Amino acid sequence: MAHKEKLFPTTDAAVADISDGATILFGGFGGAGFPNNLIQALARRGVKDLKIISNNCGTGDGEAGILFKNRQIRSVISAFPGPGAKYFQEQYDAGLIELELVPQGILCERMRAFGAGIPAFYSPVGVGTEVARGKEERVIEGKRVILEKALGADFAFIKADTADKLGNLVYREAARNFNPVMATAGKTTIVEVEKVVEVGELDPESIVTPFVFVDRIVVAKGLRYV
Amino acid sequence: MSKPRLTREQIAARAALELPDGACVNLGWGIPNLTAAYVPAGRTIYFHSENGILGMGPRAKSGEEDYDLVDAMKIPVTLVPGASFFSQVDAHVMTRGGHLDVCILGGLQVSEKGDLANWRVPGAKGAGGIGGAMDISVGAERLIVTMEHNAKDGSAKVVKQCTYPLTAIECVRTIITDLAVIDVTPQGLVLREVAPGFSPREVQAATEAELSWSGKVPEIPVAKTA
Repeated sequence: MAHKEKLFPTTDAAVADISDGATILFGGFGGAGFPNNLIQALARRGVKDLKIISNNCGTGDGEAGILFKNRQIRSVISAFPGPGAKYFQEQYDAGLIELELVPQGILCERMRAFGAGIPAFYSPVGVGTEVARGKEERVIEGKRVILEKALGADFAFIKADTADKLGNLVYREAARNFNPVMATAGKTTIVEVEKVVEVGELDPESIVTPFVFVDRIVVAKGLRYV
Repeated sequence: MSKPRLTREQIAARAALELPDGACVNLGWGIPNLTAAYVPAGRTIYFHSENGILGMGPRAKSGEEDYDLVDAMKIPVTLVPGASFFSQVDAHVMTRGGHLDVCILGGLQVSEKGDLANWRVPGAKGAGGIGGAMDISVGAERLIVTMEHNAKDGSAKVVKQCTYPLTAIECVRTIITDLAVIDVTPQGLVLREVAPGFSPREVQAATEAELSWSGKVPEIPVAKTA
């Protein structure tokens, strides 16, 4: 075999080495592109004190919701917890969850920086707002900017449409969203896909995430929570 | 009985007149999202969504929804010819980098300097959510805020200084409300149009910040809306 075996037989097997206290990135936006089968497997595994990084905080029992429901999450970094994040909101109001709210594009850029080996960068987003609290501020090229630190995690859970057995990924429509950048920012990136094809079957021009960013692949029929 | 002001749809329809043919435009939640339905005939607008779409068309018809093709409000949409998909990172390269022509956001308060507060009401339950609003506000070439002129309790939303948590400072160019169209200029707030039946003095009386105007201020052309 010319390449590492990345294909896992089940979602449970793909998350079997995740321990209490792990930090995990979850792709997905607006009901599309969530690695829901992997999240369900993590719920079954029952690990606790997780720190998650996700645009939202779940939709009912779906997406990250099941992990909040099971009290598996200790802290979260999010841009928009969302009106559907019932369990998160209850626990947040009760003071049980640590939350860092991050502007959505800065959430992206902090993960991009981590994946690209850049420890921090200056940005004008959030200047003069509570987002700037506690951050170094300076003026560059006449513009007020604040220092933002790179953001990575132990694991990234992502969702793509098709993988080849090397781990090259193709997404579908707006289900792409956070998934490609999260693939670059997880020490171990696990992808759930609708289907896997042989190496060489994907058009190199259409590959969005090259295989170097992908460690584990599992095939699972996509779950969606609208 | 107070005089009727513009409806939410009429505010959206007025905002649509500000969009030049061929413009790339991001619409926020609420009244801004309604604007797409009122683009004047003969103009092509390329609507952008922060989950990675440029070139959104109308909402999908019942029975034709594709839940991988949703806008930032999670609503299934369609595409226009020339549309493209990209990652959330690139979507915010477009917002923050100033590559979009016009952005329209909702507002809770706008100050006389064009500061915007639109993501949390102080004292409200829940965590609130920033979403893409900070990146959009900082980067927008031309930021329009659409909102009701006064809050439900009658308090002014166009204020001397925002008291709500800020989204971004000195970012708003035009405010379109159910009472007025107001431009934010280096000389302060300039009243460009008033709602039919309202005088500039009546609009000023409903506004905390100081407005200026010269001569007869034209009335907002009110569209026939659904």
